[in-house]
Amino acid sequence: MNQSRFSWFNATSLTFGFAFLYLPMLILVIYSFNESRLVTVWAGFSTKWYGKLLQNDAFLDAAWVTLNVGIWSSTIATVLGTMAAYVMVRSGRFLGRELFSGMIYAPLVMPEVITGLALLLFFLAIGLDRGMVTIILAHTTFSMCYVSVVVTSRLITFDQSLEDAALDLGCTPFDAFRSVTLPIIAPAVISGWLLAFTLSLDDLVIASFTSGPSSTTLPIKVYSAVRMGVSPEINALSTLMIGVVTAGVVAFSLASRKIMINRKSDF
Amino acid sequence: MIKQQAHTIFEPWLNPTEKPIIQFKNVTKRFGDYTAIENLSLDIYSKEFFALLGPSGCGKTTLMRLLAGFEAPSEGKIILDNIDIVNVPPNMREVNMMFQSYALFPHLNVYDNIAFGLRRSTMNKADIPDRVEEMLRLTQLVPLAKRKPHQISGGQRQRVALARSLAKAPKLLLLDEPLGALDKKLRHETQFELMDIQEKTGTTFVIVTHDQEEAMTVASRVAVMDEGKIVQVATPDRIYETPNSIYVADFIGDVNFIKGKSQILEDNKILVNWAEGQQPIIGTSEDRIDNGADITFAIRPEKVTISFEEPLDIANVFKGKILDIAYLGNISTYHLELPTGQNFKAQATNTHRIERRTYTWNDEVWLSWTDTAGVILSE
Ligand SMILES: Nc1ncnc2c1ncn2[C@@H]1O[C@H](COP(=O)(O)OP(=O)(O)O)[C@@H](O)[C@H]1O
Ligand SMILES: [Mg+2]
Repeated sequence: MNQSRFSWFNATSLTFGFAFLYLPMLILVIYSFNESRLVTVWAGFSTKWYGKLLQNDAFLDAAWVTLNVGIWSSTIATVLGTMAAYVMVRSGRFLGRELFSGMIYAPLVMPEVITGLALLLFFLAIGLDRGMVTIILAHTTFSMCYVSVVVTSRLITFDQSLEDAALDLGCTPFDAFRSVTLPIIAPAVISGWLLAFTLSLDDLVIASFTSGPSSTTLPIKVYSAVRMGVSPEINALSTLMIGVVTAGVVAFSLASRKIMINRKSDF
Repeated sequence: MIKQQAHTIFEPWLNPTEKPIIQFKNVTKRFGDYTAIENLSLDIYSKEFFALLGPSGCGKTTLMRLLAGFEAPSEGKIILDNIDIVNVPPNMREVNMMFQSYALFPHLNVYDNIAFGLRRSTMNKADIPDRVEEMLRLTQLVPLAKRKPHQISGGQRQRVALARSLAKAPKLLLLDEPLGALDKKLRHETQFELMDIQEKTGTTFVIVTHDQEEAMTVASRVAVMDEGKIVQVATPDRIYETPNSIYVADFIGDVNFIKGKSQILEDNKILVNWAEGQQPIIGTSEDRIDNGADITFAIRPEKVTISFEEPLDIANVFKGKILDIAYLGNISTYHLELPTGQNFKAQATNTHRIERRTYTWNDEVWLSWTDTAGVILSE
């Protein structure tokens, strides 16, 4: 191995890079265990803000909404995104294929404010009252294309003769998908779901356009609470969210690793 | 050797009352502007081991996919057992295919791969384990039943693919370059295994290959393909001995071509006038040849005899000079030059040890062959 890989320059860049990324979050996590109500003064270790959090109905409601929205939107997005990916990869060339696939990926680069606004106008136009349902629909809309990207990249390397073999052995096309294609691409589908779930948990902009007075998500709650002033309770809540998102990311990367291993064994 | 005997009596294609199990009737398959199969007609009989032979891209796989039902012909009919199957989807055809890539299901073990088709058939659930066991025994996979495809060798995977495609006892089994991924020795062994299994199960096999030796070894009949058309269909020995075109003669084995003009003799013999001042070649033809037509004389190197003394009482005798000798162990190939400067190949078996080899570089020798040793092709 080359020793210069651990030069001073590299070590410094690494330290600064990680400091920029994680120092603010680290401070947030530390202050969530602060005894004092004052955010800037350390007064000893305590978990009392976590206890307070559990008694705060407004936060618990928001957490419940967030969880519901996350699970439902990522599940619907996974079904739709997988279907879209399958059709795009399998259908071969057809008129307007490029346009169609471009349209699936467009929301990836669309500014969230515009997506949010468009959805808001749409819901107003069809007369749908804003609430949990509208947030679920909105999140499904934008996370579906992420799922589709993940599943497409797996399907491209999927040997189509496996499906032909399934048909040859007596499967209907749907049965071939269910009993051959889906089990093999399952890790990609699962990581698509996790990605969608994490994105939904994260989202502030689109949710604030599409949520109603009866239902707010945690990010909205945190944001509006912070405008009143930072409290240790918010720090505690944010720490919990960091924990959930980290778990999601770790699970996603483990699932992706599983894909790589599966790919090696699929000939 | 039992196989050899079976072959001599198994000739349903000569029996006019025999009905073919498969008939292609004027089948054309186009992909956009490209014609992959062109107006192809073909009969294959029950219990045949039929080989499709041709260079890469000539449409062999396409023909198989038409039979399996993954592609529909642009024109024409495909009849299986008296039924036009063009509109029957692949899962409803009594045809199974062994894929070029094997296409084993990576998430299922060997046993479940073999049982996959049976579980989707009308077979009684209780009978499935017996059938799978039978297939495992037939392909010698019993100890590997619980392994996943990535835990077994290439040769073993090939056998799983075979067992899986045979499990449903199809009327017709399609094998697309089944041995392409195996090394030479394993390929030879597997060829004989395939013949054995075909005999035991009595299934009609259609095998695709681009290896002429393989086609000649396993097949009851061989169809030589070129650019979406079938050029010749015949038994391996007929294909070798009486090719109907330069293409077939050249594709299968080694051959010398000599171009010339025909001159018809009384007794069905034909003279090939091939060079000024050279004595014409005497030969015969399966085709009808016109007097004075442009023709090609084709002769296999092993049909040519080399000698130092001028041979007597043989139809064709020519002089040649040895340019090069390729020693191949059991035989040697001599690269010669005819007096006209044309290159020519002759082959002789090595009955002497190498030190006592009689011919060497630059030797002037006599080349001779009988009037039926070669064929005259009308091209
Ligand atoms: N689905 C397809 N679309 C377009 N062209 C195809 C398709 N399948 C095969 N072809 C073309 O048809 C020709 C014959 O292919 P194939 O049957 O696979 O040849 P072989 O198996 O003899 O090597 C090739 O030129 C190939 O490019
Ligand atoms: Mg092929």
